[in-house]
Amino acid sequence: MRSSIVAPRLSLTQKIVQTKIIGKALIALVALAVLYLLAVNAIKNPTVFLQQLVNGLQLGFVYALIALGYTMVYGIVRLINFAHGDVFMVGAFISFYAISRFQLHDWVAKLSPGMSPFVARAIGSITVILLSMTLCALLAFVIERVAYKPLRDAPRISALITAIGVSFFLEYFGALKFVFSPNFTPYKRPFDVVTWTLGRQGFGKLVEGEGVPEGNIIFSNIFVIIVLTSIFLLLLLQYIVTKTRVGKAMRATAYDKPTARLMGINIDSIISITFGIGAAWAGAAGMLYATAFPQVFFWMGIIPGLKAFVAAVLGGIGSIPGAFVGALIMGQAETLSAGYISTPMRDAIAFSILIIVLLIRPTGIFGEPSREKA
Amino acid sequence: MKNIDKSTLYFIGGSVLIFLIVQILVSVGILSTFWYTILRIGAVMAIVSLGLNLIYGFNGQFSLGQWGFYALGAYSAGDVTYRWTQLQSSGGLTILLLGVIMAGIAILLIRRLVNKLRGLDALSAFGLYLIGVILLAYLAVVVGGALENPVNSILKALPPEVSKQIVFVVAVLLGGLFAAEISFLFGLPVLTLGSDYFGIATLGFTVIVKVLLDNSDTMLGFAEMKGARGMIGIPKMTTWFWVFFFLVLVVIVTRNILHSSYGRAIVSVREDEIAAKAMGIDVANFKTITFVIGSFFAGLAGGLYAHINGFLHPDTFNFIKSFDPMIIVVFGGLGSVTGTVAASFAWALVLEGFLRLVLPEGFETWRFVVYPLLLLIMMLLKPNGLFGNYEMPFLRQVLPPLRKKTQSNENATDEEVLA
Amino acid sequence: MKSRIVVSVVLLFAIALAACTPAAATGPIKIAHLAPLSGPVPTFGASTRDGGLLAMEEWNAKGGVLGRKLEAIVEDSQCTPDPAVNAANKVIDQDKVHYIVGETCSKASIPVSEIAQEKGVVMISPTSTNPTVTLKADGTAKDYVFRACFIDPFQGAVMAKFAMGKGYKTAFIMLDQGNDYVRGLAEAFEKAWTEMGGQVVGKETYTSQDTDFSAILTKVADSKAEVLWLPDYYNIVNLVAAQAKEKGVTAVLMGGDGWDSSDLDLKAADGGYFSNHYSPEDTRPIVQEWVKKYQAKYGSVPDALATLAYDATNILIAAIEKAGADDPAKVKDAIASGTFEAVSGTIKFDQYHNPIKSAAVLQVKDGKVSFIESVAP
Repeated sequence: MRSSIVAPRLSLTQKIVQTKIIGKALIALVALAVLYLLAVNAIKNPTVFLQQLVNGLQLGFVYALIALGYTMVYGIVRLINFAHGDVFMVGAFISFYAISRFQLHDWVAKLSPGMSPFVARAIGSITVILLSMTLCALLAFVIERVAYKPLRDAPRISALITAIGVSFFLEYFGALKFVFSPNFTPYKRPFDVVTWTLGRQGFGKLVEGEGVPEGNIIFSNIFVIIVLTSIFLLLLLQYIVTKTRVGKAMRATAYDKPTARLMGINIDSIISITFGIGAAWAGAAGMLYATAFPQVFFWMGIIPGLKAFVAAVLGGIGSIPGAFVGALIMGQAETLSAGYISTPMRDAIAFSILIIVLLIRPTGIFGEPSREKA
Repeated sequence: MKNIDKSTLYFIGGSVLIFLIVQILVSVGILSTFWYTILRIGAVMAIVSLGLNLIYGFNGQFSLGQWGFYALGAYSAGDVTYRWTQLQSSGGLTILLLGVIMAGIAILLIRRLVNKLRGLDALSAFGLYLIGVILLAYLAVVVGGALENPVNSILKALPPEVSKQIVFVVAVLLGGLFAAEISFLFGLPVLTLGSDYFGIATLGFTVIVKVLLDNSDTMLGFAEMKGARGMIGIPKMTTWFWVFFFLVLVVIVTRNILHSSYGRAIVSVREDEIAAKAMGIDVANFKTITFVIGSFFAGLAGGLYAHINGFLHPDTFNFIKSFDPMIIVVFGGLGSVTGTVAASFAWALVLEGFLRLVLPEGFETWRFVVYPLLLLIMMLLKPNGLFGNYEMPFLRQVLPPLRKKTQSNENATDEEVLA
Repeated sequence: MKSRIVVSVVLLFAIALAACTPAAATGPIKIAHLAPLSGPVPTFGASTRDGGLLAMEEWNAKGGVLGRKLEAIVEDSQCTPDPAVNAANKVIDQDKVHYIVGETCSKASIPVSEIAQEKGVVMISPTSTNPTVTLKADGTAKDYVFRACFIDPFQGAVMAKFAMGKGYKTAFIMLDQGNDYVRGLAEAFEKAWTEMGGQVVGKETYTSQDTDFSAILTKVADSKAEVLWLPDYYNIVNLVAAQAKEKGVTAVLMGGDGWDSSDLDLKAADGGYFSNHYSPEDTRPIVQEWVKKYQAKYGSVPDALATLAYDATNILIAAIEKAGADDPAKVKDAIASGTFEAVSGTIKFDQYHNPIKSAAVLQVKDGKVSFIESVAP
């Protein structure tokens, strides 16, 4: 409506239509009910509430790492890469074998026994995570070359179906006895878990087998490692995308492929690199996830993959900060609904949030307005 | 009866012939229950996939919710026949029947109101519909409960076998209608989303339905559905005749829709929404209609499926399986009815039939390694599906071809090809 | 359009293949094993298959039964209704078997049991605990369907009694909403526990795909429960137990036979108790012999699933021998009326075709599982 000095008089029905009041009231009602529920519980037992927030944060950061891969690939080739969750699974398995079979996390300690065990273990763990990232990136290169590249000019749905095919293949091939085995395998963490307590009386260490002291929240070294690694990798990715030549080429490709090609950008290799980077981040997420929830099995990628994908869409697919924020929201939504609303409904609640957000902002929280032809 | 097209005769004759051949083979015992079950599952999958093909192949809405509507149809139809055979009560029938009718009336009435309020946003409209449908559905439960006894006495007066078949067919249709009405309500706000966003929202629908079914006994209060334990006691009534009958019906309905002006409008929305709008086509309206019809087919198929094994379990309706109809539709050729039907049967026969027989001892688990590989090879060799745009003569119509994506206008058509 | 021809040929081939069904076997007696070799729980499938096949191997080494060799037909049923139905139809129609051992999961066993009942094929499910597997809709037993495991109410009550005997008063229940086995055990425990005067301080559900239990465990820690009843399979137990320690949960973990696996994380689950069908430490010769044989062949201690499949297969073959004919109608009567000496105890079937046998309570302690007590029904 163009603004005019004298506002036209509107009838009641016109007002209802223009203010979209019914829809807004509906959403407001739902939001208020949820906020009320959370507020009541937060006041009733603030420690548990804070603890749930911490729990959600840990989950959210892992989702963020997976979501980045989805968002990057989608941003460039507009493909929902369903195999991404399974690359994540492969990453977890690579770190699993590196640790339990080859003791890769121990190599520094073995070579130079004099070094402080903390530093040695830290370097060892970083080696493992780098290995998983590299191998996942290689896997993604292969997948891209074999399954997606030949279909780049085919209808987009064909590539989507191939992505589902690749996803099934990785799962069921992984489930074969001589590959990853069909078993649920306990994951050996590269370091021991230490749990700290934090409360009014200050910072302490949780003694194993004892309960949490009253009024304290607890967090483990795994939480700290996940948060730090995720933030580091996120910033690194942001740097790569915004500051480097490759990043510029990626953004150009995402924006306009034919023009990017005219500018001398090798589109094929840029797309491969994007897949590779996304997969490397998923590989890191795989290791962190397995460390936090110590078990690996062949379909462990499906659900985190789906959740991370929802997170990416929620945040605005194609946007890196969006994926990050979306993942944190998903993490909180999951733990808070498990904690206070209803555990069986927690997936339903996560999806409902997604649908409501999309209805208000059709391209997600950070999504750019779509560039569809007007 | 003079002007019947040759292709129509061929189609009807062919259908009857296929029906008879299979029926005779089954009756004589040459076709074992193993193949018989697979054939029926194939037909059910064909109905689901035809619905999806309408939504996605012809209208261009990337929906992953088909499986959720399939589940709704299965459980609602299953519950009706369960109540009739196990509890000797037509309560489920009358309540669902009235509920579906009442909700339909509510939708039609509110639709007139909404049409008057030009430009009402989808979410507000959704709110209005929701209130109206809930009110009238509640009324239906009260009135339907009261109608139970008279309907009971009417049905009991008929020979038991006849009344059982009547209840079955009505239940299957009700399952479809129920799914259709839910899809109308759900589609109203969600269809305003862009293509991939719509896909994810509908995937969410499938997930939500599965969660509700897992808790159908505790959260929804249907004790006989037994939640995650699985619903038993549904009569096994889906014969080859019924699935085939419904399949042919669905094919004919799809064909007639597509050949009508509605069909051309539906396809025009797929090809270019903005151009369609410029031609005076109510895009939102046609998206809704297609989505509702597609979901109706899914519900119908669900009702038929429920009566094949007589057992329903929420795991059958897991979101991972919601890719199956999508795979079939793409495999058979987007926008090809013939391809969808052929691919459905091929899918069922190969995956459950052949791979079981062919794979040697010790390689049972390779079934799902071979399947994605077949899928991959197929997609790489024929990205447009087995049948591409091919239709058998009866279904053929001069349709605008799917737009081919070429290097030069790749970016410009990016959205449209899927959207 | 070559592809269309290909499809047509494939379809024709299907029908042709269907037409040439093999003639009824007079040679070996065939026994089908329906196991979820793929799908969500392939490891259960592998265990049940291994246990069942070992039993058949032993009989064959002794010269088979009724002078005829035994032949195993393994089919993947994916722990899901539809594939299980197809697998069952395949073995019955194509392979002409008269005996089925399986399925592992109740949700797959139920539709299979209906087919078995309809076609007069004897079926013993090794591990399906859902009562409706052996029951018709009217509440009577399906003549041809049996199971080798005890059903939920018994196991839940055993552990409730055991926990009560330990002096615990408050319990927190965690259950998988989508798993009938877990739900059954949770309900049975809750009922027995409250009847005995115990208090349930909290009840939370999750789904089988969950890996992050921190939200629920925070609640458990906050509730100060003494017992955490977690009647799920070992894979969930591993995850919950590991996270419970980090969340400061002091409750003692307790569960059912799903815990029994060589992959149970003994360190994380330290101090937990669970009920089981047998204990590998049991000194009965049949048990020791079984553990030894399984270890020699597969290199690990047999879990509950393998043991039950072994028992189920043995019961079936023993019944064939007793019936004296390859006739399902006679074999089913032999099973219903017989008493069988099995690894998981002396088995006799009640009117609902559930075995009557005792349960063992085991504890995870210092890196191994030790036998605590045996509870008779």
